[in-house]
Amino acid sequence: MESEQTQGITPPSDISSKKSSSQEHPFVRRKSNLGERIIERGIALVGGIAVVLIFLILLFVLRESIPLFFQPESKAIGAKSAQTDKNAQKASNDETLKPDIYNPDIILNSAESETIFVPEVYNPDVSLPTQVSSVSASAPVPEEEQDESISLANVLGNAWQPVSTRPKFGILPLIIGTAKTTIVAVLIGAPLGILAALYAAFFVPRRLKEFIKPMVEMLAGLPSVVIGFFCLMTIGSFLQTLFGLDFRLNAVVGGIGLSIAVIPIVFTITEDALSAVPKSLLEASLAMGATTWESAYKVMLPAAFPGVFAAVLLGIGRAFGETMIALMATGNAAMLSASFADPVRTFSATIGAEMGEVIWGSPHYSMLFFLGVLLFLFSFTLNAITELFIKERLAKKLQGG
Amino acid sequence: MTNNQSTKRLIGIFAVGATLLAVVAIAGLVFSTMGTFLVKGAPHLSWSLLSEAPRNNNTEGGIFPAIYGTTLLVLIMTLLGVPIGTITAIYLSEYTRPNAVFPRIIRFAVNTLAGVPSIVFGLFGLGFFVQFVGRGMDTALGNDTALFGQPALIWAAATLAALTLPVVIVSVEEALRTVPREMREGSLALGATRWQTIWKIVLPNSTTGILTGAILAIGRGAGEVAPILFTGAVYSLPQLPDGITSQFMHLGYHLFVLSTQSPDVDKTLPLQYATTLVLLGLTFTLNFSATFIRSRLRQRQMGR
Repeated sequence: MESEQTQGITPPSDISSKKSSSQEHPFVRRKSNLGERIIERGIALVGGIAVVLIFLILLFVLRESIPLFFQPESKAIGAKSAQTDKNAQKASNDETLKPDIYNPDIILNSAESETIFVPEVYNPDVSLPTQVSSVSASAPVPEEEQDESISLANVLGNAWQPVSTRPKFGILPLIIGTAKTTIVAVLIGAPLGILAALYAAFFVPRRLKEFIKPMVEMLAGLPSVVIGFFCLMTIGSFLQTLFGLDFRLNAVVGGIGLSIAVIPIVFTITEDALSAVPKSLLEASLAMGATTWESAYKVMLPAAFPGVFAAVLLGIGRAFGETMIALMATGNAAMLSASFADPVRTFSATIGAEMGEVIWGSPHYSMLFFLGVLLFLFSFTLNAITELFIKERLAKKLQGG
Repeated sequence: MTNNQSTKRLIGIFAVGATLLAVVAIAGLVFSTMGTFLVKGAPHLSWSLLSEAPRNNNTEGGIFPAIYGTTLLVLIMTLLGVPIGTITAIYLSEYTRPNAVFPRIIRFAVNTLAGVPSIVFGLFGLGFFVQFVGRGMDTALGNDTALFGQPALIWAAATLAALTLPVVIVSVEEALRTVPREMREGSLALGATRWQTIWKIVLPNSTTGILTGAILAIGRGAGEVAPILFTGAVYSLPQLPDGITSQFMHLGYHLFVLSTQSPDVDKTLPLQYATTLVLLGLTFTLNFSATFIRSRLRQRQMGR
């Protein structure tokens, strides 16, 4: 990467070195060249910040979630989380709760409760390695029992009950919940977005042409918290009275809300893809005697298909990562059910709802960060597919064809 | 044969009708949301709402601290994010060839960044800015109580700046491209260095584009709630934030808490609709001015 950066800067420094050799004001020129070279080096460094940011996001979200799966650090973090939590208080004088996930926490809390149990909200958990190691040495924890408690089985279990004496971190209900809302959102949002883009590209009367795009931009400009509020207040009650549902907030209401966020993305990218198809294809099709709709559906849409596919993928990415809508409109119950009329809880809503109350450094905290890692990896994969695979293919298809 | 023809016609009508229906559905969504908030929110808008502090556990009074906090937040976010985004755009459009490897990596990263869920930015803000940078600063400065190592305005603004970075980069790069090649070549031919060309020719001619990027970023950042959930926003504050390390109230977060976690949701309903309207007014004014400037910019480009 370093070599790439310097390559990027080579041309300007070449130019400037030629200038300085031209004898006029050698001293002044050279001085400004040095400054410029520094500026240009700085620009190249800042230019890479987006790349650095991606790595930092992955690194630090992962860093906070690692204690969940590795024993020593789990002990360490647990030891540091001596906080005013009801779990910790409840368990601090109850030694029988040993074979538990919160075990290291609890024991150490009891050991430390006199010393560190101050009403301090944020623990310096990074800066205290020495104290921690001494504490964990003074309160040995049975290793085998711990291995059991932070097992994969717990994470893959079918109950999400993070706040209880025996917390369960089964992500299965969350996966199902996220899948349900995403499916509803994409089933509603993708066809609407694609069809509207087709209309805007081929069938729209001239007078309406200046009207559709601002409308979609308006939809895109709605803050997600406002969409969530709209679902919570209006769509939820509307659907409940219409279909007589048991729950006002459920997967369908959340899905409809998410589709409002998905439509602008699908519309915009589909429109871009359609306008990237050479006009000659449309003209040839029309010249062969095909009608406008035949040309649109049978020639232009297939030609732009990779782009449309990318639009749907990015729509999926938006739908499953969206927090505020899911948090406000889905009912937030981690249920294991197949019905779309039941409340659900999504990955992102779980993080949003629980991170505010969690003890910093506890297994629950790490678990929420782990959910964040999963979200990041999923969105990264979707994006990589669209970037590396689909866009390349689209470009090749349109240029080669 | 005639039967075949009429079936084809029917399919055609159906095919076009479906697209029209989609547009009508989208228009319905837009008008129903806007209509709802205008009808239910407008009667409750008043000067006292905009200028007063909340009373009685946020169930009465105004939302001034939330407006103030949101403004302060996006201001700091702009100061942090726009320079970085602009410099990245300059690097991408002026210093690199489009097909070289490093700019392609940067573009990939920018697109990825645009697709990362906003809640992950929130986690990143908590894990990196608050826990790592903030606590690191506390340790370095020898603070006993957490000054930087806690959720604060500056960390929320930094998180939002990271979130809106792609918006700035994309729109500034587009603006830089509207500066005609001839102007750059003319400048270089007259003996200016590349940096002089950028500083004296390219940047002055793309200020509107940079402005557009900033406005779009503000419009996006003002409405985002998920990234600031754990990096500094609070539901109520005794006084206005007085520094970059204090916490703040936020319009979107205020709406979220009022509508979902308030003990008496129905009582504050007018307040909720009015808050929504203020938030919408803020984001839409910003977005439309950006769209307007951008369309002017495109016209200028077309005119050449």
